[in-house]
Amino acid sequence: MFGRSDLADAPPPVAVKVVVSGGFGVGKTTFVGAVSEIEPLVTEAEMTEKSIGVDDTWAVLGKTTTTVALDFGRITLDDALLLYLFGTPGQDRFAFFWDDLVTGALGAIVLVDTRRIEECFPSIDYFEDHDIPFIVGVNTFDGARRFDLAEIRDALGLPGEHPLLECDARQRESVKRVLVALTEQVLARRLARQAGAS
Amino acid sequence: MTEDPVVRPFMLTGGRTQPLQDGLRIETQLQAVPAALSAPLRFEARRIVELCQAPMSVADLSVALAAPLGVVRVIVADLITQGLIRVRTAPDALSTALIERIRDRVRAL
Repeated sequence: MFGRSDLADAPPPVAVKVVVSGGFGVGKTTFVGAVSEIEPLVTEAEMTEKSIGVDDTWAVLGKTTTTVALDFGRITLDDALLLYLFGTPGQDRFAFFWDDLVTGALGAIVLVDTRRIEECFPSIDYFEDHDIPFIVGVNTFDGARRFDLAEIRDALGLPGEHPLLECDARQRESVKRVLVALTEQVLARRLARQAGAS
Repeated sequence: MTEDPVVRPFMLTGGRTQPLQDGLRIETQLQAVPAALSAPLRFEARRIVELCQAPMSVADLSVALAAPLGVVRVIVADLITQGLIRVRTAPDALSTALIERIRDRVRAL
């Protein structure tokens, strides 16, 4: 019905997505906002029958919906390449949404707050279980007690070669370094698998 | 805290919550065909066709329309079924060259 010439000459840009995860209040919104060219927020309506009685729900078709805000960022890398950043919502209530967010992602960044280190465990478990490349960023908050990175690595049960780096989610350069480290991890995994396969 | 929207979200889709098309990722790039502008569309469908004159993702549309992702997905899927929106299908596996390009571009930001 419509020929190719109907569309503009330039094809739409390729869009690649990175997932930013970690516990509540760990700095995901700040992290995304530090590099995004747009305001980092998008919403999703949760359809559930279990949340009846929760304050912000209302009935639709016998079900209820709640609206969840998600961190969302976009970076135009060049005229044919876009990088999207999506923050994962809490896994306790919004686990249903994770598969959808993660499908096709380049990889994931797990942010860790050393004051509540256990809050990132569900994220790490999820990405390990789903074989998604991820790196860990230890967000250095003001006043947070500094731990040795090796101690944090032990606490997380990460092997010695798994990328773990300190970052400051407020600093654009720091966030860029984390993103670069993720691409290098993805490339390294690919090389290792190719070597293993031959 | 956000206030309850005046319109219940899935009112915009006639109550449907499942898109007609699967596999619409939140970052999927969408573009309207030129004829879409003269199609008899209303409300959000019309806005989506206008916004998609340049490529846009489901997530971008969600922000622009202040509508939940699931609602945008249902409307976009209808427009795809009607042949008014085209999808830029993402490659199944990202090439090594593409990942290197991402790395270099991010570094240069």
